[in-house]
Amino acid sequence: MSFLSYLIKGISLGSVYAIIALGYTMVYGIAKMLNFAHGDVIMVGAYSVFIMSTSLGLSPFFGVLTSIVVCTALGLTIERVAYKPLRGAASPLAVLITAIGVSYLLQNIALLVFGANTISFTSVINISPITFGSNNELTISGETIVTIIAGIIVMVGLTLFVNKTKMGHAMRAVSEDKGAASLMGINVNATIALTFAIGSALAAIAGVLLCSAYPTLNPYTGAMPGIKAFVAAVFGGIGSIPGAMIGGVLLGIIEVFGKAYISSQMADAIVFAVLIIVLLVKPTGILGKNIQEKV
Amino acid sequence: MKKLLKDKNFKNNLITYGIVIVSFVVISIIKGTGNLSSLFTGLLVPLCSYIILAVSLNLVVGISGELSLGHAGFMCVGAFSSALFSKCVVGTMPDGIRFLLALIIGSVLAGIIGVLIGIPVLRLKGDYLAIVTLAFGEIIKNIINVIYIGRDSKGFHFSMTSEMDLNLEAGGETLINGAQGITGTPKDSSFLIGFILVMITLFIVLNLINSRDGRAIMAIRDNRIAAESIGINITKYKLLAFTVSSVLAGAAGVLYSHNLNNLQATSKNFGYNMSIMFLVFVVLGGIGNIRGSIIAAVLLTLLPELLRGLNAYRMLIYAIVLIAIMLFNWAPGALAFREKYSIKNWLSKKTGKEEI
Repeated sequence: MSFLSYLIKGISLGSVYAIIALGYTMVYGIAKMLNFAHGDVIMVGAYSVFIMSTSLGLSPFFGVLTSIVVCTALGLTIERVAYKPLRGAASPLAVLITAIGVSYLLQNIALLVFGANTISFTSVINISPITFGSNNELTISGETIVTIIAGIIVMVGLTLFVNKTKMGHAMRAVSEDKGAASLMGINVNATIALTFAIGSALAAIAGVLLCSAYPTLNPYTGAMPGIKAFVAAVFGGIGSIPGAMIGGVLLGIIEVFGKAYISSQMADAIVFAVLIIVLLVKPTGILGKNIQEKV
Repeated sequence: MKKLLKDKNFKNNLITYGIVIVSFVVISIIKGTGNLSSLFTGLLVPLCSYIILAVSLNLVVGISGELSLGHAGFMCVGAFSSALFSKCVVGTMPDGIRFLLALIIGSVLAGIIGVLIGIPVLRLKGDYLAIVTLAFGEIIKNIINVIYIGRDSKGFHFSMTSEMDLNLEAGGETLINGAQGITGTPKDSSFLIGFILVMITLFIVLNLINSRDGRAIMAIRDNRIAAESIGINITKYKLLAFTVSSVLAGAAGVLYSHNLNNLQATSKNFGYNMSIMFLVFVVLGGIGNIRGSIIAAVLLTLLPELLRGLNAYRMLIYAIVLIAIMLFNWAPGALAFREKYSIKNWLSKKTGKEEI
């Protein structure tokens, strides 16, 4: 039974990684940039929920909604102020460093406003755990259920959005070829902004789920999940939406199994080692496209 | 000699060496007269190791055109291997020889790890390479945090679980204590040694860039397929740049560790944040510009210390300055603005001289 409970825990953690990784991968696919500040948007989302529901005592639903709005606005602002001016810069590293600067900025604003102390986050999910077996051998917490369900909804919703709607088609067109897309009458800048908005809204959801499952919050909360999700996105093939989902879930399962069966201190090393092995076998990730270089 | 002086590269390199030497002399004089605050005196050796790291990373990012986010990992290997060596042999040999051996051990080991990582990893491109080097750096840090090594009369003991598992006899000493790291490394580093290492690094990197090998590396960066078609061995030259860079990063780690009494592998000093920091030095100083890397490393290390008076706001200002500089230097809009309103253009218009 413990195997099954670890598996479920892994899928739950993996769903959070997948939701964050979706934000990474969409932004990468469309703007060809690694948004290092994505992890910190998660942190901002978690703090907004904390203020709304714990400090002001509003209903969790309202808190989550506010958090999504705040993060979307934040994502749009960051894109407009810090990334858009650098579109077309001579080196792709320029926007990477700017993203790192934005990440420092968000962390330090949070540090000033909320202080460096880790606060305990009250879970916004009030669902009693489900137990299986005669002696309650398998207990699934409410957070786990909600996380997995939220993960499925986000993944299905996003897949439908990208494949079925006009804006989704526009997004795919821009990520394929910016010039050709603009010739077809697609507003490239608006499409990129939309991608950032969706990515940031997903980050807000991920922040709420993450802090409900692991109820601590400090200004650096988002950094490590951000990096792990980045790994998940690369793992699945960066730029690919189904790839990010598979990568995220697999990464969560590997991390939980690594912690449980190998060594709790080495869990991060195991995750990274698996990534390296996968990339050595398949250099563009599980579902990544192999772009042939032409002379 | 005259011919040499006409060579632009040679002149440029001389200026770089000159800046480093002059700054060393000036700082030494200020330090000698006792006017340097203890804060800055304490920063001098780490500053030298950051300069070495920035220059060595520039070799990979700027000259070889590969994005590496794992340089803190190589630094970590150099730091821990050399600190372990120094702690083992302390008291058995003169200080100078001990540090020299530690330096060789640290750099060579980092170099070996560099080759081992480089062979498989350099097949990857761009962002994939970045994430894999980042992963390697994190793995190295993680492994060092669970290593326990002790020594007693029977010899060395090794464990990966806890200090108790070492089963040391009474009187045995723990050399590496997991996450607590290494304590009591002899303090062999000094500003002078740091300066010498910076000069050696500059000598190696600048000569490599201007050599036949360096040109081959840059040819691969500019057009891999064209370089391959004229018979340049891609793997060999990429690996050369990566290995030289990791050896230098290892040396920087040796310098760094022998300045600390208590060496721990935390995310603050050897994590990916640090690798990113070195990348910031390189990009801000100018990709491929060695002198720029040095200046950026110095300024960005000193900036938070200079802003110390602002206390809580200093890292905030640091972040804003970083973003502002990046936008000012790289945004196409800002570049056009600078072109339009540059003083140089304005002056040449005024005197009626066309810029050549």
